Amino acid sequence: MAALHEPHIACHIEDLTVSYQERPVLWDIDLDIPPGVMAAIVGPNGAGKSTLIKAVLGLVRPVAGHVRLFGLPIAAARRRVGYVPQRQSVDWDFPATVLDVVLMGLYGQLGWLRRPGRTERARAMAALAQVGLEDYARRQISQLSGGQQQRTFIARALVQEADLYFLDEPMAGVDAVTEAAIVALLKAQRDAGKTVVVVHHDLQTVARYFDWLVMLNQRIIAQGPVSQVYTPENLRAAYGGQLALIGTLDAQADKAP
Amino acid sequence: MSFEVSHTLMTVALAALLIGGLAGVLGSFLVLRGQSLLGDVISHAALPGVVAGFLMSGSRSFVAILLGALVAGALAGLSVQLLRRGAGLKSDAALGVVLSLFFAAGVVLYSVAQGRPGAAGLQVFLFGQAASVLRSDVVAMAVVAALVLGVIVALWKEFQLISFDPEGARAAGLPVERLETLLSVLVAVAIVLGLALAGVVLMVAMLIAPAVAARQWVNRLGPMVVLAAVFGAGSGMAGAVLSALGTGVATGPVMVLVASSVVAVSLVLAPGRGVLARLAMDRRARRSLHRRQVLEVMAGLSAEHANPAYRSEETMLDAYLGTPARPVLQRLEREGLIRQVPHGPEGRAHWELTDEGQAGDRA
Ligand SMILES: Nc1ncnc2c1ncn2[C@@H]1O[C@H](COP(=O)(O)OP(=O)(O)OP(=O)(O)O)[C@@H](O)[C@H]1O
Ligand SMILES: [Mg+2]
Repeated sequence: MAALHEPHIACHIEDLTVSYQERPVLWDIDLDIPPGVMAAIVGPNGAGKSTLIKAVLGLVRPVAGHVRLFGLPIAAARRRVGYVPQRQSVDWDFPATVLDVVLMGLYGQLGWLRRPGRTERARAMAALAQVGLEDYARRQISQLSGGQQQRTFIARALVQEADLYFLDEPMAGVDAVTEAAIVALLKAQRDAGKTVVVVHHDLQTVARYFDWLVMLNQRIIAQGPVSQVYTPENLRAAYGGQLALIGTLDAQADKAP
Repeated sequence: MSFEVSHTLMTVALAALLIGGLAGVLGSFLVLRGQSLLGDVISHAALPGVVAGFLMSGSRSFVAILLGALVAGALAGLSVQLLRRGAGLKSDAALGVVLSLFFAAGVVLYSVAQGRPGAAGLQVFLFGQAASVLRSDVVAMAVVAALVLGVIVALWKEFQLISFDPEGARAAGLPVERLETLLSVLVAVAIVLGLALAGVVLMVAMLIAPAVAARQWVNRLGPMVVLAAVFGAGSGMAGAVLSALGTGVATGPVMVLVASSVVAVSLVLAPGRGVLARLAMDRRARRSLHRRQVLEVMAGLSAEHANPAYRSEETMLDAYLGTPARPVLQRLEREGLIRQVPHGPEGRAHWELTDEGQAGDRA
């Protein structure tokens, strides 16, 4: 095996540049996320948050730079990485049950020609129980509410028992109760030693939910422990004039520990 | 019926059953992936391949023609991918361009070939001709169909995942592009096998129709694929046999008509997703809403008038619901929650809550 590069960092990104059709979307990103944190990636719409996650997972090809997860290139680290895409990225009218979708999380580990059996189903049911959907296992996915769809996707990632999770806006369009449940669940993962990276949109809750913060707007604006990064200057730098709320957030940031 | 005819019929029926079933299976994946048009492109693109195969082999050699069709179909599929990924064209534009290009080339080649001896046989590939299928063809078809099905079974979970969530599949480490290409090749194989039966113009319907119909009835991928195969095999067989009974009736259109009827029936009748089921669901929802509304209004009026048996006039309830309240009232009466009482100088219909109705049983 090739020598590990920065193996003590959960997600190490160096000089990453990504462009879509010659228009750079991410510029020269240097980013390190230590293991065992619950990190938020924030930034305005179009800042490249989803693109950053996709580049890390090898779903879009960067023009420059490299990514290492626990010291390994993504192709060698897939088993240790779980991904929860934006809920709207699939057609929920697909003929499948909730259990079917959660089982799909295990397809990568199963490998060619092997089918999910009793063990896999038991693991999937356990993952469903973690997100509180065990009673919905046989439910048709087209009959789920938005929050239930989101939790199904999270269960699909949890079933992999990965060490590093990437979630793209898991709190978008879910009610307060579901949001609290999702946060509790992710914190439990973090407390169990996993690393959780979440694209997050609600600046009001960042300080409460997360302990690590990455501010992104094409470039990295700031990164580090929330208490150090969540400052009015950084917020202004990331959001510029786009943020009408900046005044109230200033006040909040000043209060933040 | 002579032995000769029944023998031909058997061959035709078997071939159509194989092709219809295979098309149903592959069509399910096309439909779920939103790629119905790709089937259209590949089958139209087969025309230049068919004619080229004929011209090159100098005869109506089945193998040469099918090989030509397969190569042309694969080329068309590749061109679509190239236009989309390389030139950044939108999917529908890429499909449209490739379809017209290949079909136009096919028509030109077709007119060129008309001068050659034996060219009349080519017509079969436009709309399909069941009677042109030979017994030996059926054996070849069965072998190829079994191979294709074998691949689908072996890669079932991978095909399921790239159909539901291609990006998730890529994140899980699957070679999504290669699997997609393989699926397109399998589709091309099924189309080419069916050309002599259904023809290049209508083969796509045999891919799409059974899958669309099957989706109406079931809610999981496995059952959907099996049911699509059954629908496809059934309509293929029925169409082929029906067309073979007449002389010179093109098979493709008859098969497609049968398959379309299955679709029509499924769209209307399927439980849950069918039009009738949806209408019935709306109706039930409206009824239970009206029922609750009437009980609530009557209870409200009773409370307002401090008279638990307050008599509400029917026309007022009509006005409240915005539709005649009579059917709802009659149902509530049968449930014993309200009763009709003549009231007022004109003896018009009034209703009051019974003891049970007053007890607030609004379930
Ligand atoms: N497939 C694509 N092709 C071309 N441009 C794209 C593509 N995907 C994203 N972009 C562009 O890249 C930029 C970054 O997009 P991205 O989705 O990463 O932003 P984001 O930070 O996730 O935004 P949001 O908060 O809206 O989810 C945007 O300007 C977007 O228009
Ligand atoms: Mg995004």
